[in-house]
Amino acid sequence: MSVIKDSVDFLAGRLRQIGIFLALIAIVVLFQILTNGALLTAGNVSNIIVQNSYILILAIGMVMIIIAGHIDLSVGSVAAFVGAVSGVMITQLDFPWWVAIIGSLVIGALVGAWQGFWVAFVGIPAFIVTLAGMLIFRGLTQIILGNRQITPFPNEYRQLGGGYVFPGLFPATTSPAEWITVGLGALALVFFVAQQFRGRMARVKAGLETEPTAWFVTKLVFISALIIGITYLLGVAPGSRGTPIVLIVLAVLILVYTTVMNRSVFGRHVYARGGNLHAAQLSGIKTKWVDFYLFVNMGTLAALAGLVFTGRLNSAGPGAGDLFELDAIAASFIGGAAVTGGVGTVIGAITGGLIMGVLNNGMSLLGVGIDYQQFIKGMVLLLAVAFDVFNKRRSANARK
Amino acid sequence: MTESILEMRDITKTFPGVKALQNVSLEVGAAEVHAICGENGAGKSTLMKVLSGVYPHGTYEGEIIFEGQSVAFKDIRDSENSGIVIIHQELALSPFLSIAENIFLGNEVSKNGFIDWHKTNAEAAKLLKRVGLSDNPVTPVTDIGVGKQQLVEIAKALSKRVKLLILDEPTAALNDEDSAHLLGLIAGLRDEGIACIIISHKLNEIKAIADKVTIIRDGRAIETLDLAHDEISENRIIKGMVGRDLENRYPDRTPSIGDEVMRIEDWTVHHPTETGRVVIHSANLTVRAGEVVGLAGLMGAGRTELAMSVFGRSYGSDVSGRLFMNGTEVRAKSVAEAIKHGIAYATEDRKKYGLNLIDDIKRNVSGAALDKLAKRGWVDGDREFAVANDYRKSMNIKAPSVGSITGKLSGGNQQKVVLSKWMFSDPDILILDEPTRGIDVGAKYEIYTIINELAAAGKAILVISSELPELLGICDRIYALSEGHITGEVPIENATPEVLMQFMTQEKES
Repeated sequence: MSVIKDSVDFLAGRLRQIGIFLALIAIVVLFQILTNGALLTAGNVSNIIVQNSYILILAIGMVMIIIAGHIDLSVGSVAAFVGAVSGVMITQLDFPWWVAIIGSLVIGALVGAWQGFWVAFVGIPAFIVTLAGMLIFRGLTQIILGNRQITPFPNEYRQLGGGYVFPGLFPATTSPAEWITVGLGALALVFFVAQQFRGRMARVKAGLETEPTAWFVTKLVFISALIIGITYLLGVAPGSRGTPIVLIVLAVLILVYTTVMNRSVFGRHVYARGGNLHAAQLSGIKTKWVDFYLFVNMGTLAALAGLVFTGRLNSAGPGAGDLFELDAIAASFIGGAAVTGGVGTVIGAITGGLIMGVLNNGMSLLGVGIDYQQFIKGMVLLLAVAFDVFNKRRSANARK
Repeated sequence: MTESILEMRDITKTFPGVKALQNVSLEVGAAEVHAICGENGAGKSTLMKVLSGVYPHGTYEGEIIFEGQSVAFKDIRDSENSGIVIIHQELALSPFLSIAENIFLGNEVSKNGFIDWHKTNAEAAKLLKRVGLSDNPVTPVTDIGVGKQQLVEIAKALSKRVKLLILDEPTAALNDEDSAHLLGLIAGLRDEGIACIIISHKLNEIKAIADKVTIIRDGRAIETLDLAHDEISENRIIKGMVGRDLENRYPDRTPSIGDEVMRIEDWTVHHPTETGRVVIHSANLTVRAGEVVGLAGLMGAGRTELAMSVFGRSYGSDVSGRLFMNGTEVRAKSVAEAIKHGIAYATEDRKKYGLNLIDDIKRNVSGAALDKLAKRGWVDGDREFAVANDYRKSMNIKAPSVGSITGKLSGGNQQKVVLSKWMFSDPDILILDEPTRGIDVGAKYEIYTIINELAAAGKAILVISSELPELLGICDRIYALSEGHITGEVPIENATPEVLMQFMTQEKES
């Protein structure tokens, strides 16, 4: 009995963190039923990942900006701008594809430095700076493209957005993609389990472990099943296309940025800056440089998102990336970031982004119009944050 | 003064763990200026908050009788409707609204839901005349000086048909001329029949204007002196304010004082936004190893400003003067540099400036010296945990683990986290700004013990405190600060509350 009670107490305490995962699962199950199983097919899962990859990339940078207490409204325009510039580099300047990609990331970093300069060193609120940036870079995109689209792009360039690991290199019957996908899945599984055990051992040793064993096991089994399931759908199930290259990019980004936010000095400074700016300054943290680098980082990730998006569509257009910023911001807040700063996780933002992505995809499969989709996504955002506020108030009352 | 307008009987107000007021009784006569005196934290403001309904009826014990009737205010609006208006030290004006709009804020002159601007401005002009201002009522408040803003507050009070005006430190931010004008105005209001309670540290002002003074100490009303009829000296008031016995509230210590650690010379600091205003006037100060030095001063004297300007110029503008650490002159133009040179500053407001309340103990402890725990930018989490855990044990931080959120700790434990954070930065000098503010007596003793241990370990300590007994109990030497000037330096042998209070209230002719 006490095991159950402990578990319930534990879950109640972490309702917010666990809540979004449960919400994601509930949404997946709901649409799986509503679409008669069309949601979780090999082709569709692959689509969900590729279609949302650029939003997820943006959400990683966005949640960091939000944790620091800022906002970035310009990322959609910056992604479009970088996509256009890369198009010019490739089709007009005849740069090799890899030079264009590196050059684009550098330009993204410079754009971020420009915005970071105004936010950090001039002291203009990020809302204003990036609102201006949204207009500035949308304008520059249109100037560069002259209101035409650049298309097509070379095959190598397009791999980032639409490519799969070793597709078409072998005859389909031997299907090595399948084995590479399975291998990657197995690698992910081993890595995840090892990392979970290592973390738990360290916490137990430190006497910090609050997680009941039952919950730890449940979590482990559940996420292992998730990895195996995705591996199956991407590599083994009928119609599977192998591992999207962008999924590998995303996995690396998630891993790297989670570690940066949890374990690096810089990540700590971001949380400290957002949690209490004055205290951070009086602890000798160079908060202006923290702000500056956050925007440089956001610019670079926006550039990457632009490359992925352009590659997937095989064209750079003047209207590309419209409203991306709002999806990335919504993902961060659904994922548990606080408007006041100091709170949020990369993994939360990714989950938030997936909730939005599955909603989009599921509703499209059902033939729900864009009008209703917007309405429903808006309600989800509002309710998720309301749930957060309600939850905080409840725990504050419990403390009194 | 035959009858009284206000009687507060046996007011007791308890906060979790602290009795802020204990059976305080106060009687204010009609058409009387009644001063309330006491050290910072004695309970003056709490008493006024009880009176004005900030703490509503039912959250305190005791009775309030206003104009002969027992009253039970639910909120400020309720007390204002009865004619009690409080003007806080920090003025509650909206800077970009006009004088007239501010006067009638929340009380707009309207007709059918629309504001009658003509009447608003005309009424405002009348009220301004009563307080001796000739400014145009449509002037934005931000365009007039602090002195005039104070008068606008009084005009606002008059618009509410005030019968009892409460002023909290009304002249703290004013120059002599504006102060004199304000005091004259208060005297004028008294003659019109408006009673006034004035909280002030400035004894000469109290002597000049008040009819009676009630002294509050440790949450109790000690005595009420009749200034109008008896000859009462400033020293007599000081004695009442500080006269408490120093029992065993401070741990024993045998100081062993070494070489000079920090010295500032000719340290001058200007106000951060009003750059023409000098906040600290060429201060000289020395702290030696193993020495606990006190910095005494009344609210607004510039204690925190002095400390923060030394701590990497985190306060003020146009800082000039020389800073020496261990005998060599250093330049510490940022907090990071100050920490590097061995200076630590634990703020007076730990919630606002000291801690990240939504994060846990270990991350707060490591916050000022994270680099010590990091290799190539990556934090060693195990060592961080070990360090924080050591402090949790040695400082006796009462929390289940170093993973506990600091916002949930008690004030004393939060302060220990702040101290741990600065001890971990391994400074040569620790500046502690009000280290025991808002902490209960038991935890205070622990903090004093920690201070003694730090001094015994050869650290130099500079303690800022509003509580004179605290400074007298733990310091080896005390500087007194008054209006930005260091007015005295007293070795502990010669230090008495009276001596210090005299220096602290001394007005420097500039």
